[in-house]
Amino acid sequence: MLKRLNNQEGVAAALFLAPSVAGFALFFFVPFLIGCYYSLLDSPVDGSFVGLRNYGDLLRNEVFHRAAWNTFRFTAVSVPLNMLLSLGLAMLLNRNAYFRSWLRISFLFPLVIPVASVVLIWRIVFDANGTLNGLLHAWGWIPRDWMESGYSPAVVVVVYLWKNVGYNMVLFLAGLQNIPAEYYEAAAIDGAGKFRQWRSITLVYLMPTTFFVFIISILNSFKVFRETYLIAGEYPHEDIYMMQHYMNNMFRSLDYQKLTSAAFLMALAITVLVWTLFRAERRLARSIGG
Amino acid sequence: MRKALLSAVLAVLAVLFVFPIALTLTQSLRSEHEITVNLAPVSGAESSESTLDPRADKEYMALNWVPDRATLSQYYEVLVKQPRFLFMFWNSVFLTVPVIVGQIAVSSLAGYAFSQLRFRWREPLFFLYVVTMLMPFQVTLVPNFIIADRLGLLDSYSAIIFPGVFGAFGVFLLRQFMTYIPYSYGEAARVDGCGRLQTFLRIVLPLSKPGIAALAILLFIDNWNMVEQPLIFLQDANKQPLSVYLSIIGEGELGIAFAASTVYMAPVILLMLYAENHLVEGIQLSGIKG
Repeated sequence: MLKRLNNQEGVAAALFLAPSVAGFALFFFVPFLIGCYYSLLDSPVDGSFVGLRNYGDLLRNEVFHRAAWNTFRFTAVSVPLNMLLSLGLAMLLNRNAYFRSWLRISFLFPLVIPVASVVLIWRIVFDANGTLNGLLHAWGWIPRDWMESGYSPAVVVVVYLWKNVGYNMVLFLAGLQNIPAEYYEAAAIDGAGKFRQWRSITLVYLMPTTFFVFIISILNSFKVFRETYLIAGEYPHEDIYMMQHYMNNMFRSLDYQKLTSAAFLMALAITVLVWTLFRAERRLARSIGG
Repeated sequence: MRKALLSAVLAVLAVLFVFPIALTLTQSLRSEHEITVNLAPVSGAESSESTLDPRADKEYMALNWVPDRATLSQYYEVLVKQPRFLFMFWNSVFLTVPVIVGQIAVSSLAGYAFSQLRFRWREPLFFLYVVTMLMPFQVTLVPNFIIADRLGLLDSYSAIIFPGVFGAFGVFLLRQFMTYIPYSYGEAARVDGCGRLQTFLRIVLPLSKPGIAALAILLFIDNWNMVEQPLIFLQDANKQPLSVYLSIIGEGELGIAFAASTVYMAPVILLMLYAENHLVEGIQLSGIKG
């Protein structure tokens, strides 16, 4: 009886999933498998099988090293920074402030502003003869060529944070508002200080939200490529040359071997990251009984 | 007193967030001549040999907030004298709307299966969706291109719309959202003789309205912004959406770029002001639990 019920549910699930899975397979999964196959050939047209040679070439390629390292470094710096800032903002906004809804909408605004609109402003601000340098000059500090120097990653981080802090803040705000006030009251009666309350209640109960925020932040950290591309073009300063620049340029120069093997390696890295995250989440969910 | 201080700090931050948007608006009211003169240091020809000597008396781009004389001449140029602009605007609409409608339809069905039905490959399949969602566009670029070619979709909007409809983000967001709908609702409906499709249409879908609204807004933002896909899949310059056109204007015709930017971001800002509550509610409910 139970088995039949499960079966029935499985059939229903299959029907509900059919459109999505079919399209997903055709436009993402199958292309990905084809890509993996191409990465083992020496040419996409009438190529012969060369095993892992493309990967060997790729791993010895210096430009690839740079792109992979830059992407890793950018994600490793900007995602935690984004989470810290948005949590801080959410905690401030969760207190009693004037004009709360207007403040909230202001922080969310950058998310909805089209990239192409705001890129102009970024160019004006960060150009070597731009506004920021004008200000620095006026105050007697040394101007720098922001987009064409080792400072360029910092600019990209600023652009990313500006755009994405609002989204995370809204998520954290919901998480904070979902923690019952009684928990804090009970902890205060037991003599827990403010910091102790924050550590043992706020942080613990925000954990599920944090996982979600983490995934969204990574997703959006890859999207900042658009801004970088529109500000600095196909070949930006070497410190902000990301994996997407690399793959884009390989596409343009018709080097499909490098592109498909780089794509596979990037997919592998993302898979490992998400896998670890899912595992950690499950373990944590068990430990706090959520 | 503390409340005032907190509000003041948050207000300063909020101003920083809104600043680039406000600047675009004010710049759009200046005459083309004013813009060209004002932006000369940034767009100037000598920028290649710019020195960073702080003592050199160089001209920096001054940030003039307010136009010397407000005029609508940029708008006149963009909206009346350049029919191409409005043409591109519609291209953007034709690309964006089908993706939003399609992805909501496909992913609400799949989200229901992932959140309300139990079946065997549920966890691994969902994992696959999350991984795919995080992949940058470039990862499946070559095979996607080949598939579009095989299906005869190249140089048509379908090459962009179909992959957009089956994007994994909608499934992810709606699954998160629908997880909060208790199983018991569905069970009660089935006891009353409702089939699964009825349960989905009459109970789950209405309860998911905030999530769907948030998804619609987020998809609108994302697709209104697309740059990479049209550049790759559309050869015909007349088919390009506004996002691509605008990045070209930014290069050559700075004088009207701000008005063009403003017209471009107007729909998104209006949508935001109108539906901010839905957006916030939808984002929040999707992220409370992992």
